[in-house]
Amino acid sequence: MSLNRNRNFKFDWISIVLFLLLVGFGWLNIFSASLSGEVSSYLDFSQPYGRQLVFIIFTFALIILIFSLEAKFYERFASIIYVVSMLTLIGLFIFGKNVNGATSWYAFGSITIQPSEFAKVATALAVAKYISDLQTNIKNTRDQLKTIVIISIPAILILLQNDAGSTVVYTSFFFVFYREGIPQIYLFIGLVLLILGVSSLKFLALPTSILAIVIIFIHHFFIKKKRRTILNPILISLTCIIISFGVQFFYSSILQPHQQDRISLWLLIEKDPVKLEQMKKTILYNLNESEKAISSGGVTGKGFLEGTRTIGKFVPEQHTDYIFSTVGEEWGFIGSAFVVVLFVLLITRIIYLAELQKSQFSRVFGYGVASILFFHFMINVGMVMGLIPTVGIPLPFFSYGGSGLWGFTLLLFIFIKLDSNRINEW
Amino acid sequence: MRKLLLFSIVILVGILFITRLFYLQVYSGETYNIYEDNAIRKVFHYPKRGYVYDRNQQLLVANQPSYDVMIIPREVEPLDTLEFCSLLKIEKEDFIKSFKRANRYSPRLPSVFLAHLSKEDYAYLSEKMRKYEGFYIQKRSLRDYQTSIGANVLGFIAEVNQKTIAKDQYYRMGDLIGKQGIELSYEKDLRGVKGVKFIQKDRFNRNLGPFKNGDFDTIPTAGKDITITIDANLQEYGELLMQNKIGGIVAIEPSTGEILSLVSAPSYNPNLLVGRQRSANYTKLHNDSIHLPLIDKGLLRMHEPGSPFKSLIALAALQEGVIDINTTITCHHGYTYGRNNRKMGCHCGGGKRKLILGISKSCNAYFANAYRKTIDKYDDASHAMDVWSNHIKSFGLGDYLGYDLSIGKTGNIPNGQYYNKWYPDFKWGSTTTISNAIGQGEILVTPIQLANMTAAIANRGYYYTPHIIKNIEGQEIDLKYKTRNQTTIDKQHFEPVIQGLFDVYDNGGTAYFLKVPEIEICGKTGTAENFTLIDGVRTQLTDHSIFVAFAPKDNPKIAIAVFVENGYYGARWAGRIASLMIEKYIKGEITLKQMEKLVLEKSLEEEYIKPYRGKPFKINY
Repeated sequence: MSLNRNRNFKFDWISIVLFLLLVGFGWLNIFSASLSGEVSSYLDFSQPYGRQLVFIIFTFALIILIFSLEAKFYERFASIIYVVSMLTLIGLFIFGKNVNGATSWYAFGSITIQPSEFAKVATALAVAKYISDLQTNIKNTRDQLKTIVIISIPAILILLQNDAGSTVVYTSFFFVFYREGIPQIYLFIGLVLLILGVSSLKFLALPTSILAIVIIFIHHFFIKKKRRTILNPILISLTCIIISFGVQFFYSSILQPHQQDRISLWLLIEKDPVKLEQMKKTILYNLNESEKAISSGGVTGKGFLEGTRTIGKFVPEQHTDYIFSTVGEEWGFIGSAFVVVLFVLLITRIIYLAELQKSQFSRVFGYGVASILFFHFMINVGMVMGLIPTVGIPLPFFSYGGSGLWGFTLLLFIFIKLDSNRINEW
Repeated sequence: MRKLLLFSIVILVGILFITRLFYLQVYSGETYNIYEDNAIRKVFHYPKRGYVYDRNQQLLVANQPSYDVMIIPREVEPLDTLEFCSLLKIEKEDFIKSFKRANRYSPRLPSVFLAHLSKEDYAYLSEKMRKYEGFYIQKRSLRDYQTSIGANVLGFIAEVNQKTIAKDQYYRMGDLIGKQGIELSYEKDLRGVKGVKFIQKDRFNRNLGPFKNGDFDTIPTAGKDITITIDANLQEYGELLMQNKIGGIVAIEPSTGEILSLVSAPSYNPNLLVGRQRSANYTKLHNDSIHLPLIDKGLLRMHEPGSPFKSLIALAALQEGVIDINTTITCHHGYTYGRNNRKMGCHCGGGKRKLILGISKSCNAYFANAYRKTIDKYDDASHAMDVWSNHIKSFGLGDYLGYDLSIGKTGNIPNGQYYNKWYPDFKWGSTTTISNAIGQGEILVTPIQLANMTAAIANRGYYYTPHIIKNIEGQEIDLKYKTRNQTTIDKQHFEPVIQGLFDVYDNGGTAYFLKVPEIEICGKTGTAENFTLIDGVRTQLTDHSIFVAFAPKDNPKIAIAVFVENGYYGARWAGRIASLMIEKYIKGEITLKQMEKLVLEKSLEEEYIKPYRGKPFKINY
């Protein structure tokens, strides 16, 4: 389809329509979640819904700006953008404003800007630029390390600003590297690490390491055909033990109590009903309320502006990270499933388009966009429905917030711009 | 493969999310119930409960406001318990107990934390209460009895129990519901319909305004006032006469079936079961195992009726044509029957008896004879017993009468099948069951059945189902109370029997000293032997005193049954009380001052504690 595209409609309209649906539906829900009292103006800048509408209007200006620049601009200036973006992150340590314990904002009067939302765009551009460089070979360990450094700088900076949620998103670049050809063994190692980590928390380090060692030696003696040395399984076992105990140590000694609680609740480690009840009233309060709001929506929902829990502001931060609970309550199963489908369509559309790209830069960037959007979608919706531990990151295009909206718009529309330029390339 | 990894994970996560949504919203999502939505505050407005008037429009039951402290456990925030307890004047243990009880019922639904604040406490607390989240004050209306009589008829209201809440959507924890008497029978009419306001609130428990502009709110509908058939003056007089005695009086207006008075003695002041002292008082009443004040003696006590039952023996025999008014029996101070010459004693003095004299003298021999003839009319005793039983039951005996109070007993009128079961291998007959002839044996009746039977005789063959309801504000009473129940006895057979009952008051009758000047009364004494178990030994106690009467003889206005437990022979106390009640009702004043004095001063307490003393005692003196 995209091959037969009319010259006048060279932008991928499917993505644009999906974007518009998400932003529009998102605003309706922000309106509902932040409504209090009479509406004086939909552009009332003192109200979140008013500000968000202004942000959306500026978004269209941003899109025009993105489209009006040369496609080559992004590739050419990727490094500079990255450096500038990192500087803004560093600048936060000096000029940053502390909100809810995280120093992630620059404040200009009443306007605040969150540079970490833009750092994702910069990192995606930088990664694309580095990997697509003719001199780079991603199968080469040295180059792998270099790409990891590109990602680690913003990740660590953001972590130091106490915004753990946004840091997690940077792990999504794994999908980009995997697509670009890092050895299969990394996927395997990643999976093993994940299993080891979760198991060490749930079943403690000792049983986990014993089980791991048993599996390793069974594999070594009974399944593997060429048995060269006993050294390898011993080394692997040792690594497993270190990781298991390391994870356990990290959980019990380094994580803050509220983070421990989140994980212990998620993995059902805590069994004491009294303490559980206590948790439900404190750290689980948001989750508990948001789950109740979603459940109470039923099949068709209570209707726009009719959600009793939304009106009563039972879910704190509902217009930001918990916006999906408004969808659940007011639009029901039909509305929430619709949003999930919109996201799946948008992300798969981007992956599909990325695969069509002739330039490696565009493809890597496309994959980056898809991975970042996917992580945000998965973590946010999963959290609101109680499937994964609480991690505070926004739902793309949906949650309230100008920086977030513009960050995601930049990601998506730079890619659409790159995609539109596909035919001209070569 | 590398191209598909992210793609397939995205699809998988999408499916997982939709499954989870389906689970949350469709599968486990209960149907939305606004009463369980803690985002919506429900404010109930309880309407005025209907007033109760007696047949002469005297106000018996009104209302008084009451204030309950309610709790929604889940919404309770940490508070200064000590300060709170001292405000409510309770102990900390009470606080914990009440909290736990409420939480056990439901953490998200309101329940009563502390019931019945005084008006002064309410005024003081209503301001302070705002500070304590999860608590609020609910106004209700409690009963305010304008009288000290009729507790058994008026009944009481109390907090609804969980079983009822589960069955009936209308009731919520803490609501008051009729539990006995007319409060129970006419609960739906009396209570009205409570109104509810739905208020949207936020998570800090602040009101945001009416939910959906108040579209779901309802206005309370006031309860209906009702008028009952009880004559408060007569009821009060009856209770007075029954003081220091155990028993019951049931008076019915024969021409309508309206219950004029339903006395259960001893009674209690209905105001005892109102307010905060309710449960302590209730326990006290409940635990009085000698007097059982909570048991309605007029409706729930089953006794052998004794001699009053003889009227029905006569009527059945007349209807079956086995005797006529001239049938003559000679009484030899008893009646001898059966192969072994068994003898049933008789205290009528002996001599020739016809029907009318048989009744007025209560001659056992006469009725044993009449009963035998009725049962021996057919070769098949079982069939004969069915025919006889059918006649008796047509007077409303042997089954629930169908009156509008929710308690009662069936009593017992045996039929053929009953004895076939009893004597499976024995050819039973009239002699086997001869005790029935004098209202003993297997016959059991309640006082209200006895009164109703008397009314049916007074009406010469029919009765209206007795009832307590006279009028519900703007509403017809149940049609069944306006429908005649015809007995199986033809009208002409009643006149001689009634003449016999009239002669009971004549010189030589068993109640000659109970005459009331200017009133033609027809009545019948009854005396019932009774037994109890003392340390496992069946011991006879002083006889129960029973009396039935109606007056005047023509166009009767009142039919009455009086039952005085352990009052000895029928005319002694029950008869006197019946005469006084009749005079009081018909004349409105008492001329029999001497008799009144005698009754008022008589206490039978002595009789009632005899079995508990652990000493030997005399009876029937």
